[in-house]
Amino acid sequence: MFTHIIAKPNAGKDRKMASKYSNITFKGFRRENGRVGVRNHVLILPVDDISNAACEAVANNVKGTMAIPHAYGRLQFGEDLEVHFRTMIGTGSNANVHSVVVIGIEPDWTKRIADGIRETGKEVAEFSIEQKGDFETIRAASWAAKDFVHKATEVQREECSISELWVSTKCGESDTTTGLGSCPTVGNMYDKLLPEGITGFFGETSEITGAEHICQKRAINEEVGERWYKMWKAYQDDVIFAHQTDDLSDSQPTKGNILGGLTTIEEKALGNLEKIGRTSQYIDILDPAEQPNSGKGLYFMDSSSAAAECVTLMAAGGAVIHTFPTGQGNVVGNPIVPVIKITANPRTVRTMGEHIDVDVSGILRRDQTIDEAGDALIDMIRRTANGRNTAAEALGHREFSMTKLYRSA
Amino acid sequence: MSNIPHLLVHDHEDNVGVVVVEGLTAGTEMFCCVTHDNSTFTLTAGADVPIGHKIALKDLKNGDTAVKYGEDIGKIIADIPKGGHVHTHNCKTKRW
Repeated sequence: MFTHIIAKPNAGKDRKMASKYSNITFKGFRRENGRVGVRNHVLILPVDDISNAACEAVANNVKGTMAIPHAYGRLQFGEDLEVHFRTMIGTGSNANVHSVVVIGIEPDWTKRIADGIRETGKEVAEFSIEQKGDFETIRAASWAAKDFVHKATEVQREECSISELWVSTKCGESDTTTGLGSCPTVGNMYDKLLPEGITGFFGETSEITGAEHICQKRAINEEVGERWYKMWKAYQDDVIFAHQTDDLSDSQPTKGNILGGLTTIEEKALGNLEKIGRTSQYIDILDPAEQPNSGKGLYFMDSSSAAAECVTLMAAGGAVIHTFPTGQGNVVGNPIVPVIKITANPRTVRTMGEHIDVDVSGILRRDQTIDEAGDALIDMIRRTANGRNTAAEALGHREFSMTKLYRSA
Repeated sequence: MSNIPHLLVHDHEDNVGVVVVEGLTAGTEMFCCVTHDNSTFTLTAGADVPIGHKIALKDLKNGDTAVKYGEDIGKIIADIPKGGHVHTHNCKTKRW
């Protein structure tokens, strides 16, 4: 199928000509709201922890569906509750999701989440357990889930432009090789694809500590940079200093980071920031799980540096592919978003090869340039978008971790 | 001697480099590369240093600043000879 190059409203006024990346296409799922997904999940989404069992029963009854059990959703309040709703609604709204069965203990919050997902135009069925019990709920929800599976499996992939992809990044089990190889590989990908009009996400608020002066300057303008700094500083003051024990509470760098040779948070942060390359600038800041609404470009999401939490938040924000540089070998995956693992550490390739999608250890041997590694990652993104299962998908890594801001009522 | 480096250095201003081969032993004449411009030099490893860990490119004194990526990554808290292992036992964040 012939595809024309789609207009790129925010691709930069200094853009002069098409690059070799402009014509990359892939076969994706175009959703009702125009967004493009690379997977076609039918989700069984629990509103709260006590609805997990019913959701898992429905997913067991109806093949081709996936339940996403989680630990929260009861007696939360304030901003913590808002993050919960945003995460639930964002997960269901993600373009990798075809349709959603929502099950909660009571109808009110169930409806709020179901209606939030319905705004995308996709089909949603909602069920609440009170006054019915698990059996009746599972029976009714299973019928809806089966109907969704029939519909989902008839949807065809369509030719889509690379500019329609939303790609997030977060690194994990970092070591010194991530700053030398795998993070600059992701940065090179962003430097090449953001001008083509993709939407990008990076974050990990605590992990920028030590490179905050550099990160602030990578904003598109001073106003955005100042808002970024305020957000970062608030995290330092309200969370780190309020609960401090020792050296960022003996948690950053992590024990795995230290084993891998990272000594200080500054060193870790400088390596981390390699993920936004040499030229990329972020255009806005997002709250945890918030959907971008400032157009195409790179966004910083205020987010945990814990792998599963961060990927979960970025997936709720709308990312459909996640690029994950690792040094020592993080094994994380996500239920709805394919997570592409990149490592430059030859020992990790040797000992944990089943988890690695893109081996860039040639960078350390100086037989592969960052430019070549970036192209290899772009090719893997294209293949993953076309349907290739990542290592994390093949191995069944479906970590879904809700971010909890404070104690429930 | 092969062209595969033992040690990579990000920037010419750096005073530490990263071991990028497994099983590096003390006394090894390391082939070192500065990734910024691919310039090379040699340095003798002063200790057995695991892959991913850092080595001092010159004598570092207690109170010096460790520099990597051309940036301040922390303070040296014990004297380290050129070629010595740099890690949490002799280098620490300045933040806490």
